[in-house]
Amino acid sequence: MITTAMDNPDTHSGVSNAKLGVWLFLCSEIMLFATLFTSYIVLRTGASSWPWGWDALNVPLGTLNTAILISSSVTIVMAYARAYDKDVKGFRLWMGLTLLLSFAFLVVKGFEYHGEFAKGIWPSTSLFYACYFTLTGLHGIHILGGIVVNSSLLYMSFKKEHWDNPLFLGRVEGAGLYWHFVDIVWIFLFPALYLL
Amino acid sequence: MNIYGWGLPVAASTYAQKIDFGIWLIHAAMIAIFVLWGIFFTYLLVKYRKRDGVPAVRDDHDETPAKISVPDSFSKFPFAQILYKHQGELKSLAPDLIVMLFEVGLIVFYAVPVWSRIKMQMPDKKDAVEIRVEAEQFGWNVRYPGPDGKFGRTKPELVHFSNPIGLDRTDPASADDVVVGNELRLPLGKPALIELTSKDVIHDFFVPEFRIKQDIVPGMEIPLWIQPTRVGHYELACAQLCGFGHSLMRGDVYVQSPADFSAWLKSRAAAAPAAPKPVKPSEDF
Amino acid sequence: MSGDSNGHGAHEPSFWRKYVFSVDHKVIGLQYMMTAMSFLMVGFALMLLMRWQLAWPGAPIPFFGRLFPPDLAPNGVMSGEFYNSLGAMHGTIMVFLGVVPLAVGAYGNYLLPLQIGAPDMAFPRLNMASYWLFLGGGLLMLSSFMMPGGAAQSGWTSYPPLSIINPGQTVWLFSMVLIITSSLLGSINFLVTAMNMRAPGMSLWRLPVFCWAQMVTSVLLLLAFPPLEAAAFLQVMDRVFHTSFYMPKGLVVLGHVSTVSGGGQPLLWEHLFWFLAHPEVYVLVLPPMGIVAEIIANNTRKPLHGYKTIVVSMISIGVMSFLVWAHHMFISGMSPALSNFFLVTTMIISVPSVAILTCLIFSLKGGSIRFTTPMLYALAFLPLFGIGGLTGLPLGLTVTDIYLHDTYYVIGHFHFVVVTGSILALLGGTYHWFPKWFGRKMNDTLGKVHFWGSVVCMIGVFGPMFPMGLAGASRRLYDPTAQVHNLIVQPLNVVSTVFAYGLFLFQLPFIWNFFHSMFRGEKTEENPWHATTLEWACPSPPPHGNFDKTPRVHRGPYEYSAPGRKTDYWMQTDPA
Repeated sequence: MITTAMDNPDTHSGVSNAKLGVWLFLCSEIMLFATLFTSYIVLRTGASSWPWGWDALNVPLGTLNTAILISSSVTIVMAYARAYDKDVKGFRLWMGLTLLLSFAFLVVKGFEYHGEFAKGIWPSTSLFYACYFTLTGLHGIHILGGIVVNSSLLYMSFKKEHWDNPLFLGRVEGAGLYWHFVDIVWIFLFPALYLL
Repeated sequence: MNIYGWGLPVAASTYAQKIDFGIWLIHAAMIAIFVLWGIFFTYLLVKYRKRDGVPAVRDDHDETPAKISVPDSFSKFPFAQILYKHQGELKSLAPDLIVMLFEVGLIVFYAVPVWSRIKMQMPDKKDAVEIRVEAEQFGWNVRYPGPDGKFGRTKPELVHFSNPIGLDRTDPASADDVVVGNELRLPLGKPALIELTSKDVIHDFFVPEFRIKQDIVPGMEIPLWIQPTRVGHYELACAQLCGFGHSLMRGDVYVQSPADFSAWLKSRAAAAPAAPKPVKPSEDF
Repeated sequence: MSGDSNGHGAHEPSFWRKYVFSVDHKVIGLQYMMTAMSFLMVGFALMLLMRWQLAWPGAPIPFFGRLFPPDLAPNGVMSGEFYNSLGAMHGTIMVFLGVVPLAVGAYGNYLLPLQIGAPDMAFPRLNMASYWLFLGGGLLMLSSFMMPGGAAQSGWTSYPPLSIINPGQTVWLFSMVLIITSSLLGSINFLVTAMNMRAPGMSLWRLPVFCWAQMVTSVLLLLAFPPLEAAAFLQVMDRVFHTSFYMPKGLVVLGHVSTVSGGGQPLLWEHLFWFLAHPEVYVLVLPPMGIVAEIIANNTRKPLHGYKTIVVSMISIGVMSFLVWAHHMFISGMSPALSNFFLVTTMIISVPSVAILTCLIFSLKGGSIRFTTPMLYALAFLPLFGIGGLTGLPLGLTVTDIYLHDTYYVIGHFHFVVVTGSILALLGGTYHWFPKWFGRKMNDTLGKVHFWGSVVCMIGVFGPMFPMGLAGASRRLYDPTAQVHNLIVQPLNVVSTVFAYGLFLFQLPFIWNFFHSMFRGEKTEENPWHATTLEWACPSPPPHGNFDKTPRVHRGPYEYSAPGRKTDYWMQTDPA
């Protein structure tokens, strides 16, 4: 005996479980990053001196990464649209592209970190670099999480049983929501750290 | 020193009595509220205990407000109708209203003015004895400016067990500074302006008799003032967990007559070492 | 949804699948209950050790003293470091591993789906994951006693720079991250379940108060825990990578000049910590209030007075609890002008709390009160929680807080709230829902012995703390007699300790009763208390999938003694 939410239109929010769950998860993620941004503002306004982002960081690489992430948001939307039309090949193509772009982001980030380490700069060097490494590092962990989710979706797309499952599309949508969120965090991070 | 007892310790500063007034007033109100509620509660338990053949009775307001009929006399006043229909819920807010009025009174006439008197209106430097207290694990370094009235420079690198606050004795202003450990002396009747700093972790400046308590946060200079009203020997205790020796972190507070106080200060200033050669930070500490 | 429901009604699962790695919300609820109650006992045991040191400072601990390694307790006498570890771990374990998992993980998991008429949680596998994360975090926390450096010693509040200098803190931080993740997953699950899985006819205004309490609690956990997670992350950075988010420049620790770059702010941590920890207080309190409301409605045999008032008050407590955090920081060195704002919000949040208590007391009026064992707990909750609430008044008022802050008065206040409030209600809930969990009743006589013994001992433990606090005795003192002004109230420490050991003895009948009744207790029917809510409309214990067929809900949750009916209860599922 299975009761599903859809059976009870009068007592259900109109949003599927998975989607509601993802939105609630994003609420908590917003609180997480809001806290970090607030701490950044508090520490920066309280500091006696603070370097300019463009003096201390590699702005061209950061800009490149911004472009990469924004394009990956486009490709994941395309992947969702293909999945909506049950276009298996199209979905694999666009999802594969998304994954490629996210790896590219991490590689560029790796070069950036490497450049700083080579100059002898570590998180303990100054409060500015502590903020920089912590915020971008945490964002990088979120990118990794997104890669895990997206590649498992890509893996699932090779099995027909998943295409028959009505939940599959919802999972792609959830992954897309999460990926957009990660993208938006970067869009706040980039100017806050590199440009201001 | 027979000044500790049950209840609040002796009141030895100008604002101690104001704080005590609040504590007694709130406790009187609390006890009154608790006793009244207790009586009502006990009455309900006895009156409405389960008895055979006596069923529970639902109140009018247990029904949904829509089902409650309103007397005709209210027909012209829609607002009154709403109030009438929700009277059950409103009744349960009555104790709230009383508590709230009491709280508003407390805030407006007591908490805000007294708080700003104690924590925000510092005495003028000209009229006050200036003192700096630097806390460390697990002791108090009390510093008086000496005859010149100026505090000298300090450097963290100079900290040594013979120089606990890292006083730079090459600075002329610091040559006559008086530093005492775990001992705070205050003149009677004169405001003392104390600047609190910490060398390592968060400590807390607490003298029960003065009713004053202030966290000392490293990296911040936090001002505090006391005007003692009673000669005596009190205790300065750390009230914020600061490590394994936290409970041992205490000092003595002596409130003395102004004459005794300046005599003591003079004798200590004379004993202060005059510009010794700077001590290097030690590796063997 | 079939993918998420994991094949209810399919073939009989294996032992491991059924009792250990189960995805059934009822099994997970009971796992939470057993684990959380064990952690409560551990936290309690730590407190018994501390109470020995507080009552007789410097005296060797009898029997157990020699069992501890000599660096913790040389010659059986507790060291200052060990005392601080016990204090920090007592607070952490009781709050994060005891009361919250019991109130939310155990009661919420078991009862929320039943009370809304759902077959299970919205995400059963996620539910299992939150339990195992919680257990992992808890065991890691406990294991920190055995690790090099020992357990955390900076209080459950972990104020830097002390927490960054002291050993043992890193493990604490990592296990907190696990526990926080577990709570986040759990609260997402609860909210989706409550929003999407309600049975037909179960509109929001027909939800039992307990469900509302769980929903508000979940929102608090969802929004308040991430800031602590972020703050903990920064503290990990400070400890492991030597950054200085919380470290100011120029520290000299025990003669050593600190080498970190500096520029950080210790107060930042205090703000972030209390931004979580104040809502956390309401997480500790709201679900027990919900339990008390259920028990009172059932045992007065009449509807709750002001159901909507209670619900709206709970929601407004939830909203307001995000605006009061800095009343823990009046004397922390933050701007004194800011204190006035938090003073006002603190007084505002007391309004809905008083409204809930008033409604619960007014609910007794006109009733036919059955003094069953669970009802005794619910009734004791009202005045004792009242003491906890009232004594919060002088602490929430800026001026009186100057003196009472960080004294034993604070300890007395929040233990009256959490122990004689929350824990008492949670114990009452055990007696109330035990028939549902195991199909058997707990022994009434033992239950009453447990009740009276516990209540008297709890008052004996925490009551003396108020005069101690008024005399100026500070909290967290390893040796209270080291400060002269504490000497006169030292006998009260002895009183408190004696009652604490008494409290321990009175838990033994409960433990025996619990396990004995599980197998040998008097068998009961589906609805032994003649209650109205949905969990009593399915078999005891409910099978996998809960209800034979989807229940239909026809009325509100507390239709007791409705006029013109033969029985004095009218279940939510009764068609007419």
